[in-house]
Amino acid sequence: MAKNLEVIEQSTNKLTLAERQQKKPKKKKNKLKAVWMYTLLSIFLVVSIFPFYWMFIGATNDSSKMFTNPPTLLPGDQFMTNLTNLNESIGIFRVLFNSLFVSGLYVVIALAVCASAAYVLAKYNFKGKKFIFTAFLLSMMIPYQATLIPLFQMMSDFNLLNTYFAVIAPQLCFPFAIFLLRQNFLAFPTELMESARLDGASETRIFISIVIPSMRPALAAASIFLFMTQWNNFMWPLVVLNTNDMYTFPVALSSLMGLSYIDYGQVMMGVTLATVPIIAFFLTLQKQFISGMLGSALK
Amino acid sequence: MNRAKRFPYLFAAPAILLFLAFTVYPIIASFVLSFQERVGGEYVFAGLKNYTRLWNDDIFWTAMQNTFIIFVVQVPVMIILAMVLANVLNNQLLKLKGFFRVSFFLPAVTSLVAYSILFSIMLQEEGIINTALSYIGITAIPWLSDPFWAKASIIIAMTWRWTGYNMVIFLAALQNIPEDLYEAASLDGANKFKQFFYITVPQLKPVILFAGILSTIGTLQLFDEPFNLTGGGPADSTMTLGLYIYQSGFEYFDFGYASAIAYAVVVMVGILSIIQFKIAGDE
Repeated sequence: MAKNLEVIEQSTNKLTLAERQQKKPKKKKNKLKAVWMYTLLSIFLVVSIFPFYWMFIGATNDSSKMFTNPPTLLPGDQFMTNLTNLNESIGIFRVLFNSLFVSGLYVVIALAVCASAAYVLAKYNFKGKKFIFTAFLLSMMIPYQATLIPLFQMMSDFNLLNTYFAVIAPQLCFPFAIFLLRQNFLAFPTELMESARLDGASETRIFISIVIPSMRPALAAASIFLFMTQWNNFMWPLVVLNTNDMYTFPVALSSLMGLSYIDYGQVMMGVTLATVPIIAFFLTLQKQFISGMLGSALK
Repeated sequence: MNRAKRFPYLFAAPAILLFLAFTVYPIIASFVLSFQERVGGEYVFAGLKNYTRLWNDDIFWTAMQNTFIIFVVQVPVMIILAMVLANVLNNQLLKLKGFFRVSFFLPAVTSLVAYSILFSIMLQEEGIINTALSYIGITAIPWLSDPFWAKASIIIAMTWRWTGYNMVIFLAALQNIPEDLYEAASLDGANKFKQFFYITVPQLKPVILFAGILSTIGTLQLFDEPFNLTGGGPADSTMTLGLYIYQSGFEYFDFGYASAIAYAVVVMVGILSIIQFKIAGDE
């Protein structure tokens, strides 16, 4: 109740002069408007959320239940059956491990590479700096697919097809992450670096013990961005990986749909397993997640 | 060179080396490759052969047309929906803002392959969407087996995934518009619609441009959705440039031709981005 009053008070405070003069009829109008707004939002809410619910229904029911009329709208008891079948088809634990390992390792290395480049691009003056930065920016406009074939040939020539290395290497230097991190490093007070320098700290030491700790939120956002990039990556792993035991989650999922008999129960189980961890991760770290995924748009 | 001077190069070196090896080199190599063809296991210079073939290739033009249709319908629909939602969520009367915001953003965290597959199941002839439609008197729509509806399916799926993402971008930008701009306008007698078009839209221009460019690059590279949702069919009706590059390169192993298609995409992204900057920079 007290909270409601507060909200009303806040909104009245924000009413303009013109509106204040005709406050009474406005109140009724506001109520109508609120009803309209909640209706609209509820419709969108159902559209946004229903597919997730349906995915869960599918994962816990038999394949045929997804195509009945009237529809099956309650969870069933086929959870374990679908999980077992899925595991038999694609080796779900191996695939999950592949995806987590590849994404995790990628985040660690890419973050180190991108953060150190972003840092010197933001805080130091050196010959060629502008050229390097412009090259990074321009490359963001180049579609990834334009590099696909030479990259494949390169991996093939070095006998690196079907390895984790091949999946990770091409995107370790991720210009968008460099750009995002650079924006954040720019805001770091140069005086702090100067005074550390006077105290005799080396440049590396300044970066590791002074700059990095204060950049945690930005680094967290960048990590999430990089993680999602790799976790979602599909075309490149599809091209360089060719055995079931090396497949990442998206590639394995997609391969399920290519089988001559499609068991929708296990496909839905796969879709659920690929989605739920990320949602849990997102719900716990909403703020970092959103700023990570939007990149610098929020800055 | 002393240590302090060497430091920036040392720190930028890994990024630069990786960039040279995995971005610059492939971009140049694929340009060269687009002028080559394979003769007896060796790639030899073929002049403009790949490009003239591209010019006369019906599938390429179909892919162009599909990409264009998807782009022209999907991006505006999504941006308008996102704008409407952002404006509603920005209203002071509204409670549960955080809840709605998170719920609308949720589709954006699903993996591209997972949501494409999910939609391919929901959109089947006897799937849940047609069942739901039958309750409001709409007969079954051939979502995935009709050329028109297959494109519609991709557009619907993409809009589902990306609207909330763009909404959050717009919402953040809306909250940065100073309140007194609106107060001054309403004192001058401007109604809500005028305020929206004369204050909100111009203030959001950089953000709309950002969303527009991201969507342009995204649509031109569209691959995961057609690959998993429609397989490019029926009858190439959802063939996209991304999918065609993949098929030419890794189903027919025609690397030269695939590179030529990729370069056509590079040129288009460039042109479209310049156009968007020009439109936005005009006023």
